Amino acid sequence: MSGTALQARGLVKRFGDLTAVNGLDLEVRTGTCLALLGPNGAGKTTTIEMLEGLTRPDQGTIKVLGLTWAGQAQEIRERIGVQLQETRLTEKITAKETLRLFKSFYAQSRSIEEALGIVKLEDKANDFVETLSGGQQQRLTLACALISKPSLLFLDEPTTGLDPQARRNVWDIVESFKSEGGTVLLTTHYMEEAERLSEEVVIVDEGRVIAEGSPQGVIGRLEAESIVELHPRDGGAQRLEDAQLLGLPGVRDVRRAAASITLSVTDTQASVGALLGLLGEQGIALETLQTHAPTLEDVFMDLTGRHLRDA
Amino acid sequence: MLRGSALLELTRQRVLAFLRRPEAVFWVFAFPLVLAAVLGFAFKSGKAASSRIALLEESSVLFERLEGAPNVELELFSSRVQAELALRNGHVDVLVLEGEPPVLRLDAARQEAEVARLRVLVAISEVESDRLALDEVTERGSRYIDFLFPGLLGMNLMGTGLWAIGFAVADMRQRKVLKRFLVTPMRRSSFLGSFLLARLVFLVLEVVCLTLFAVWVLDVPFRAGLLQYATLCLFGAIGFAGLGLLAASRVKTTEGVSGMLNFVMMPMWLCSGVFFSYERFPDAIHPVLRLLPLTAMNDALRATMLEGAGFGQILPELGVLLFWTVVPFFLALKLFRWS
Repeated sequence: MSGTALQARGLVKRFGDLTAVNGLDLEVRTGTCLALLGPNGAGKTTTIEMLEGLTRPDQGTIKVLGLTWAGQAQEIRERIGVQLQETRLTEKITAKETLRLFKSFYAQSRSIEEALGIVKLEDKANDFVETLSGGQQQRLTLACALISKPSLLFLDEPTTGLDPQARRNVWDIVESFKSEGGTVLLTTHYMEEAERLSEEVVIVDEGRVIAEGSPQGVIGRLEAESIVELHPRDGGAQRLEDAQLLGLPGVRDVRRAAASITLSVTDTQASVGALLGLLGEQGIALETLQTHAPTLEDVFMDLTGRHLRDA
Repeated sequence: MLRGSALLELTRQRVLAFLRRPEAVFWVFAFPLVLAAVLGFAFKSGKAASSRIALLEESSVLFERLEGAPNVELELFSSRVQAELALRNGHVDVLVLEGEPPVLRLDAARQEAEVARLRVLVAISEVESDRLALDEVTERGSRYIDFLFPGLLGMNLMGTGLWAIGFAVADMRQRKVLKRFLVTPMRRSSFLGSFLLARLVFLVLEVVCLTLFAVWVLDVPFRAGLLQYATLCLFGAIGFAGLGLLAASRVKTTEGVSGMLNFVMMPMWLCSGVFFSYERFPDAIHPVLRLLPLTAMNDALRATMLEGAGFGQILPELGVLLFWTVVPFFLALKLFRWS
């Protein structure tokens, strides 16, 4: 797999005084998945809508499958599949009829049965949209995006609001699309989703890219073996000073929340051992102590000091 | 798969989505029929309503003179207080008290009171009726129901045209379906065209149902050429569709569009001669009222249906409707927002 399916350079979009996207570059290689990651309001949706041709950028260039929106919009639309956030399909229309409508828009398409099969809704073919569960409706909108056999798929927060099982179903569909050589651009604020589906992640905050690379590469930048989170009892967190913690072997970074402290450590065993010694000396009791391998969430925390979800 | 089928598929789904909503079907088809039926039966009989005249039980002289008078219904009261009460709440039209001359108590602002006064006057003064020969109007085409029906049809075409398009567009925009369509190769002309086509399907059903009901059940005359009648309804439907599209070209919510549509329709319900002739408004504003699409529609429908007027006689109305077809469509296409 080689070549570029999607390329954006220097994208800028302003809404009045607000600069939603501020000089953003992106490149998605053919046959891979790129995840745009960031908190609400980071400019993910504005970015993906510019790439989909729904919003015109104030500055910057976009090439989709080697084509431009200015000259070859209809050709692009024939070849991309899109799932928008919050599309509510017509309630009194069946799953099959919904697909039949979308199919009618394209010059080339797969059969309705095949599309229903891909999203495992064969037995719901004749049910009205209103009777489908949230997860089933989401799979139906995915089927609408896939009916035209697109080579590039845009997914804007495809699993937001779904339960874990429904989320995994969506992931399976995206993975099977990729296994057939499809390219995916995904926005999400679920780390697990980005780590599982994408070869490349781009973390955006306030309209610009703050980190990019493979999930492992981006996480590797933390240069941490693990993340240690401790919740001392009875306001014990205040009695521990940053300098003391940074003095412990293997501790790279200290971050504080209300009653907890998060450490990035390069040597889990040495750091945790020393940490427990320090707590013992100071007579601080622990509520909980957790260690986990670093995730994209920790990268975001490290870069912005905020959590992805509630930022 | 043929590209052109997008238009047909969009149209088919518009029709299906509508027919699967029983409440929508009721308001579009059943409600106008019910309205026409109620009003039709209320005004169908040509007999004038009787005047209800209150008398006190002791007024025996008056009773003798008024009893059996045409179109008079006597109500006897044992006390003056009760009779006054009945007069006040409109249960009787006038109260006649014995005296020389007899006294008539009435509320001069009520039209029924004036009619009752004349009937009492004729009865007690024994004017010979052959002083004025009567010739009653009984031809079909000149009764109130004959006037009313074309107005109801016009009003219905306006309502369904505006709602079917305005509401559906706002709803699809609110559900982000418009936006979703925009990222497909669907041609925008197919989308807008599907609304017109779906509208035509329902137009045929609406016009045929309502007209047959009027002609068969209410006995309204139909003197129109079919081609002219169909053309006129088509003109009206497309004109109102354009207006509906314009009303919905920007609004983001179905609540927003409801207000907008009522704002557009309200003046026409009142001023376009649906229930009563707009001639009742001051002469100076008649030319303005005739420029409203519903006024043009109603005038042309009445002329065509009741008087059998030819195309030549409804050209001004067709002109007005054409204006309301072209201008709103053009504006709507300019202003239309997909997301």
